[in-house]
Amino acid sequence: MRKEILELLETDSKLTPYQIATMLGIDKSKVEKEIEAMEEEGIILQYSTLINWEKAGVEQVSALIDVKVTPQRGVGFDDIAERIYRFPEVRSVMLMSGSYDLSVEVTGRNIKEVAQFVSQKLATLEHVQSTMTHFVLKRYKQQGVILENKEKDRRQVISP
Amino acid sequence: MKLKKGDRISPLVKNLPPSGIRKFFDLVANTKGVISLGVGEPDFVTPWHIREACFYSLEQGYTMYTSNWGMPELRKEISNFLYKRYNLEYNPDNEIIVTVGASEAVDLALRTIITPGDEVLIPEPSYVSYKPCAVLAGAKPVVVQTSYKDEFKLKEEELNKKINSKTKALVLCYPNNPTGAIMEKKDLEGIARTAVKNDLIVISDEIYSELTYNGNHVSIASFPRMRDRTIVINGFSKAWAMTGWRIGFAAGPRDIIEAMVKIHQYTILCAPVMSQMAALEALRNGGEEVEKMVKQYNQRRRFVVSKLREMGLECFEPKGAFYVFPSIKITGMTSESFAEELLKQEKVAVVPGTAFGESGEGHIRISYAASLKNLTKALDRMAYFIENLTKNKMVMDKVMES
Ligand SMILES: Cc1ncc(COP(=O)(O)O)c(C=O)c1O
Repeated sequence: MRKEILELLETDSKLTPYQIATMLGIDKSKVEKEIEAMEEEGIILQYSTLINWEKAGVEQVSALIDVKVTPQRGVGFDDIAERIYRFPEVRSVMLMSGSYDLSVEVTGRNIKEVAQFVSQKLATLEHVQSTMTHFVLKRYKQQGVILENKEKDRRQVISP
Repeated sequence: MKLKKGDRISPLVKNLPPSGIRKFFDLVANTKGVISLGVGEPDFVTPWHIREACFYSLEQGYTMYTSNWGMPELRKEISNFLYKRYNLEYNPDNEIIVTVGASEAVDLALRTIITPGDEVLIPEPSYVSYKPCAVLAGAKPVVVQTSYKDEFKLKEEELNKKINSKTKALVLCYPNNPTGAIMEKKDLEGIARTAVKNDLIVISDEIYSELTYNGNHVSIASFPRMRDRTIVINGFSKAWAMTGWRIGFAAGPRDIIEAMVKIHQYTILCAPVMSQMAALEALRNGGEEVEKMVKQYNQRRRFVVSKLREMGLECFEPKGAFYVFPSIKITGMTSESFAEELLKQEKVAVVPGTAFGESGEGHIRISYAASLKNLTKALDRMAYFIENLTKNKMVMDKVMES
């Protein structure tokens, strides 16, 4: 049941417990209890909104940065990851398999801001060996959602 | 001598009643800002992997006629599908035909078995094409009523009342359009018994068979002694969201399918190859996408039923397809005026129950093949409409009293 509640909330966090309850055919109080428990357990972290910032006219640049680091005895990559994700400019940090270690997403108001962050904050951290910055030119799909969906309802208004 | 214009059209066609939906369609099409819950097809677009398989087949040059029966690989997959899902065994070589939608299969089936004068039993409320197809095949359609109190299931007693020496066939459509009714195993037993006893051929339109929400669909062809007298019709339009591809199929005893192919080869030749290639992909790899869609339909179904009941409308729980068929009798209006007023006042389109036969009077068909957002908006408007109706009715009653 938790999985079903989560799947619904993932696509629309505005759904009320009552709506979720009717859609799943269970009790509202049960849904409320489960949601509360999942918030407490840190399964549900945030009810956020997916925004097309470009369309909103807000200037913003993002970059994905491949970071190579020297892992440390005892803590591996976790310590250096924490040093990085504490910066508010950093949107996401993931440990990767392959030719580099951490993938870091950084956003800023413009290229200069991001570049400065990388050269002054990120690259200078102890244990960071190298960085490779890729700026995002355009987003097509994010969190499973197509940003400019050309598919619309093309059906006849009434059909048998 | 030249024929008068009116005489150019065969009386058989001239006398076919116009579709009950047509008039309403024009009304809706000419109103702006309508949310339509009157659409009898999925709101999903065909899953991408199926569309993609079609592009690929075109790139590979699949642009030719196929066997009249349909591509052998596709028939084999259909045979597997029918066995896996409904425990039906059909030989892909000579017991399955690929058609241009379930629609063509219905037409073929009727034309194949009807001798002019035969009677065909059609339970109502029903999908709109059986009656006209029966008439065009030269049969006399005979309506068997189903009713709200039986959750629109076909009852053996009602069926028996309409059977005589001319009765040749029975059309079944479960899960049902427009009611959302299903027939479970125990419901079908009596029907199968009656069919065997009276030597009826059953044309079973199972196009919504994958869209059930309370256990798996049961086909009447799986009953003892029924396989040899049943034409199972199914297709890709609903479960795989492939209405525009025009692809479906029929399975049945060899003699009947062979005869159906005879008509099909002269009138259609074969179903379009690109749609056959897409259908092949749908059967091979489409299960997961279907499951996802069914899950969403089910959630919306529960949501709509509970909203309707909150409005005070009586409504049995539909267990298949994507329709709800609530009673609007408490409003005192006919189906048609209810639908028209709802459209005019609140810009919500539903289909009046009478479009599916007289026994649909007092009901409307609501399709939940619509986004949750639109369903919520439309049902809120409908609740407002009904609230006003009852308020006005109370005022009117008061006026009448004084
Ligand atoms: C009961 C029923 N049968 C058949 C069809 C037509 O199906 P197809 O698109 O396969 O011709 C429909 C479509 O609405 C339907 O509701």
